[in-house]
Amino acid sequence: MATETLTLGKALNVGLRKALEGDPKVVIMGEDVGKLGGVFRITDGLQKDFGDQRVIDTPLAESGIIGTAVGLAIRGYRPICEIQFDGFVYPAYDQIVSQVAKMHYRSGGKLNIPMVIRIPFGGGIGAVEHHSESPEAYFAHTAGLKVVSCANPQDAYVMIQQAIASDDPIVFLEPKRRYWEKGQVDLDAPLADAYPLHAARVVRPGTAATLLAYGPMVRTCLDAATAAAEDGRDLEVIDLRTLSPLDLGVVYESVRRTGRAVVVHEAPSNVGLGAEIAARITEECFYSLESPVLRVTGFDTPYPAARVEEEYLPDLDRVLDAVDRAFGW
Amino acid sequence: MAKGDPGASTRGRRAAPRSKKATTGDPELVQLLTPAGERIDSVIGPDGTEYRVDFTAEEYRGLYRDLVLVRKLDAEATALQRQGELGLWASLLGQEAAQVGSGRALRTQDMAFPTYREHGVLYCRGIDPIMPLRLFRGVDQGGWNPDEFKFNMYTIVIGAQTLHATGYAMGVAMDGKTGTDDGEAVIAYFGDGATSQGDVNESFVWASVFNAPLVFFCQNNQYAISEPLERQTRVPLYRRAAGFGFPGIRVDGNDVLATYAVTRHALDNARHGQGPTLIEAYTYRMGAHTTSDDPTRYRIASEVEAWQAKDPIARVKTFLEREQIADASFFAEVDEQARREAVDLRERVLALPNPEPSTMFDHVYPNGSPLLDEQRAQFSRYLESFEGSAH
Repeated sequence: MATETLTLGKALNVGLRKALEGDPKVVIMGEDVGKLGGVFRITDGLQKDFGDQRVIDTPLAESGIIGTAVGLAIRGYRPICEIQFDGFVYPAYDQIVSQVAKMHYRSGGKLNIPMVIRIPFGGGIGAVEHHSESPEAYFAHTAGLKVVSCANPQDAYVMIQQAIASDDPIVFLEPKRRYWEKGQVDLDAPLADAYPLHAARVVRPGTAATLLAYGPMVRTCLDAATAAAEDGRDLEVIDLRTLSPLDLGVVYESVRRTGRAVVVHEAPSNVGLGAEIAARITEECFYSLESPVLRVTGFDTPYPAARVEEEYLPDLDRVLDAVDRAFGW
Repeated sequence: MAKGDPGASTRGRRAAPRSKKATTGDPELVQLLTPAGERIDSVIGPDGTEYRVDFTAEEYRGLYRDLVLVRKLDAEATALQRQGELGLWASLLGQEAAQVGSGRALRTQDMAFPTYREHGVLYCRGIDPIMPLRLFRGVDQGGWNPDEFKFNMYTIVIGAQTLHATGYAMGVAMDGKTGTDDGEAVIAYFGDGATSQGDVNESFVWASVFNAPLVFFCQNNQYAISEPLERQTRVPLYRRAAGFGFPGIRVDGNDVLATYAVTRHALDNARHGQGPTLIEAYTYRMGAHTTSDDPTRYRIASEVEAWQAKDPIARVKTFLEREQIADASFFAEVDEQARREAVDLRERVLALPNPEPSTMFDHVYPNGSPLLDEQRAQFSRYLESFEGSAH
């Protein structure tokens, strides 16, 4: 088994390379994805090896990136669009929600738009404004789109390939603050045997309460669970992985067992994914709950200046505080 | 209705090659058939290209038949909307020549990306004219097969399809399908209002930078709902192309011959690998933007009358009569065919069943969604809970 230690960013790079090798119709397009290898170097070296017709440096216009990718998809290509930062996706928002998401439906199933929209998302890297946002709820609210997020190098490597192979249009959220975190990646395991793309996963079993997170907050929740264990509280952590559609079976099973749930995300709480998850758990697991489903999220402000982002972002203490409140009910 | 292709025999022709012959008419407007029905032999456009057509009598009659049929079918759809049978209709009245001229200039392998008003182009692509009425009646979202007919879905969001056309054209080039006589070309339709949109300008940038085999076909019908051209631009629209690095040309959009010649030339350039062209088909929307607006609020009768004198069908008829290419029996036969097809269309529209409610859950995702499956099941159980329900 060819297991290697890779950063999450490198795992994505290797996954993209595998996809380019495996299907001549796969193309990568975006700003600076070629010679530069992307501002986070996720496409590093790919244009050199696959040429500028497979890894396409585009003009600087996000709607153009997505809109032309729609046309390429209609032509039979499988475009992977890189949006440079979360806060720059909005000029492409119309193309994503009005065109990418609806083309299959509009055509009565005759057209597929097998497209992946990669977005480095979330905060924690000390960036200026528009570079640290969490727009997942906008996309999860749109029928026709699927939204996923990876949280570790192994998932990054596998999920990006699964997303590219899927005929569904997929918004692929990459936790940019975790790009440099390392983990073991099995490079040879067949994709067909991999854990399904649209499935949540228990990443730490536990009995006392369930922490629900995705992307950058999975690490935070795992750290919180480690700390809680020292205090004698055995927390379960679920990496949701798929944000639309949510995979709720594993969530319900866990919450029925633990009786308590805390949803953690960086995005603002108002009309965020935590609200949806809390409502669904309440509907399905009401008689199992020992306390209300709680949320730990960013605040309902624009993403703040970098020097206060550590206060804005949910951290280990805020997660543990919520767990305490769940037990104090 | 007959799926016949009355103008099909005009396919396979190319616009005449360049020559240095003398020009006539307005240098800013390519025209081959005047409003009075007089033929202009050839025109050298501002790009130096000589535009001419040399149709057989049968081909001229085919174009006339197309024009009359699409006008009649459009009128029938407007009537159906007025009677409450369609939720909305976007009429092409006045724009028949721009659509038939460009639509017949397309070759079988060429792909078109329309707005929601391209019923004439749709007709030329051989699609059953009931398809857009299904969309506007609300029984589906317009479900013809774009691959089969080389005619993409109608796009309601203004200008969005120009980017799709550009990407598709990039794919044509990447597939190596340009550079020969049987290469592929792509055409993107949009209106004067769309030229203000970011997507249209972005598509100009992309098409130019990637040398996409694409024809931008702007039907300048002078109004974006109520907003006149002056609210969109301070320069003639075709001149914008120069700033993006490709040719732009204005054609008399009420002249089916000139529209055909100019479009065929631009498509051939594209298919031969010479990149994009912007065509501004200068025309006029004789009716409302859609059946929801009242054009008497924003334009004056004298303007409409001036454009009525430039009617795209009347001038062809005058020409056919003058040149004795067609006689009264031909015109009567075309009118009768149009009437029959309109009646047929009406009957079929009225017979369209409403879709089963549960079909709203179909085709949201190619690979489905468990949450949606659950919602569909819940909805079905809800419908079944009504006693004596037909569902």
